[in-house]
Amino acid sequence: MSNFVNQFWASTIDGLTQGAIYALVALGYTLVYGVLRLINFAHSEIFMIGTFATVGVISAAGITSPLAGVGLLLFVLGAGAVAAVVSGGSAVVLERVAYRPLRRRGATQLAALISAIGASLFLQQAVSIWVTSDARTTERVMEKVNLLTIGTGDLRADKLLVFVGAMAMMILLDRLVSGTRFGRAIRATAQNADTATLMGVNIDRVIMITFLIGGAMAGVGGMLYVIFFEVTNFTVGFVLGIKAFTSAVLGGIGNLRGALLGGLLLGLIEEYGASVVGAQWKDVIAFSVLVAVLMFRPTGLLGEALGKARA
Amino acid sequence: MLLEVDELHVSYGRVAALRGISLQVDEGEIVTLIGANGAGKTTTLKTLSGLRAVAAGSIRFDGRDITAMPGHQRVMAGLCQAPEGRGVFPGMSVAENLAMGAYSRGKPAEADLERVFTLFPRLKERQKQAGGTLSGGEQQMLAIGRALMARPRLLLLDEPSMGLAPQYIQLIFRIIAEINEQGTTVLLVEQNAAQALAVAHRAYVLETGTIVKTGTGQELLGDESVVAAYLGGGPG
Ligand SMILES: Nc1ncnc2c1ncn2[C@@H]1O[C@H](COP(=O)(O)OP(=O)(O)O)[C@@H](O)[C@H]1O
Ligand SMILES: [Mg+2]
Repeated sequence: MSNFVNQFWASTIDGLTQGAIYALVALGYTLVYGVLRLINFAHSEIFMIGTFATVGVISAAGITSPLAGVGLLLFVLGAGAVAAVVSGGSAVVLERVAYRPLRRRGATQLAALISAIGASLFLQQAVSIWVTSDARTTERVMEKVNLLTIGTGDLRADKLLVFVGAMAMMILLDRLVSGTRFGRAIRATAQNADTATLMGVNIDRVIMITFLIGGAMAGVGGMLYVIFFEVTNFTVGFVLGIKAFTSAVLGGIGNLRGALLGGLLLGLIEEYGASVVGAQWKDVIAFSVLVAVLMFRPTGLLGEALGKARA
Repeated sequence: MLLEVDELHVSYGRVAALRGISLQVDEGEIVTLIGANGAGKTTTLKTLSGLRAVAAGSIRFDGRDITAMPGHQRVMAGLCQAPEGRGVFPGMSVAENLAMGAYSRGKPAEADLERVFTLFPRLKERQKQAGGTLSGGEQQMLAIGRALMARPRLLLLDEPSMGLAPQYIQLIFRIIAEINEQGTTVLLVEQNAAQALAVAHRAYVLETGTIVKTGTGQELLGDESVVAAYLGGGPG
């Protein structure tokens, strides 16, 4: 317990950093679930592809020493855009190939789930064969200087960047979904797809753009992950994906603000728990949260769907 | 003819729901389709709106064959529906529901909103309220108002009186007549045959996926077999 107190601020900073990435990836699960009632288990691989896209940008840009100032800003915007496009594009292709044909034939949810798992394995193996099956480390793109000491915790520049970057993306998405005509079409589709069609909404287009947006968010998550951890491999999406899914369920799957809340909470729970029982228990803690939520509050903290909620 | 349906067949798996129905709606009319529960009324309207695939037959709207046209494009063509059960978006406000009605037109036009609020002053009062918290009658007003926001050439109404209190039923039928007088053609599906026949110019009777009778509203109101089957007992 004394560790919990001693490390409280350090745990808080790390939990929010880690949780911000969970939240970004969780958005993809929750958006797709909202409109299709489908858990897109291949979403973790869309994140993984985002990490590799970022690694590609770092080596293509020939970065050999840490950036700062305008250079760093340009890198973050550029790599973020590339990762978003590559991941978002992959998600759109995934929907076309793995889900749409099944939807056309009126297949069961179980069939879609199996297709999702198949697509997930395919993407992992494809990256391991065509890119690398080893861990890929990258150059450091920014100095990990301490900006501010809060209690025992150091607020490092890279952690702040991860947190701020993730929040900015989420605010953008929230504005899009609650404040634009197209966002309203997404919500209408989530609440009643047939009626949305009666309003003139092209459901196929809404689904495609939902995958695109969710994928883009995961891509940006992948970029932030690489800046923070400086390493990735073809299985990087597996555990992180389950944690992001846990975040979505914890907040209330289908609920966008729930994904944010769930991600940050899960990050904090993991870090606080680790400070008490040891870091080797982190994953156990996260998955215990998943089991507990599913058992005791399956609708999550903020309740159900994009459907019922306003955003 | 604004709408011409020819020998339309629709099935759910092996179950045939529509077995070759033909009907027409002329510009300016109110046409009603009456029939018992399970006769195929909702299936007819869903198929007209493109929510169900056609097995055989054709649908022409405004001279154009729309049998294979995707549902969302039919709204643009002028075919709008207030569906069975109202289909109000529960998590959206009344104003947002109305904006969804105008989705195919881009932004909701001020004039269209004014028209809807004149027909249903109650909706104006409740603009900010979530659709899911409205009463059944208010939801029906919202569903009809929302369909009007797209400026339909043909308004499809699926059992607008279902589950409503008597004073709301009167109101809804009065509004249907008013909308028609303002120039909108209406295809009205109802189980409430007496009211529907009274407001309609022409009517079709649907039984297990087949049209068994057609005539003017007045003719069918006086038809013995219709009275016996749909108007509850003998004439008088
Ligand atoms: N989703 C569905 N799946 C299978 N059968 C259906 C479905 N919807 C309607 N049916 C069947 O089609 C027939 C016509 O139904 P419907 O069009 O809803 O009738 P109505 O609106 O006149 O009550 C009924 O026999 C009904 O059981
Ligand atoms: Mg019906």
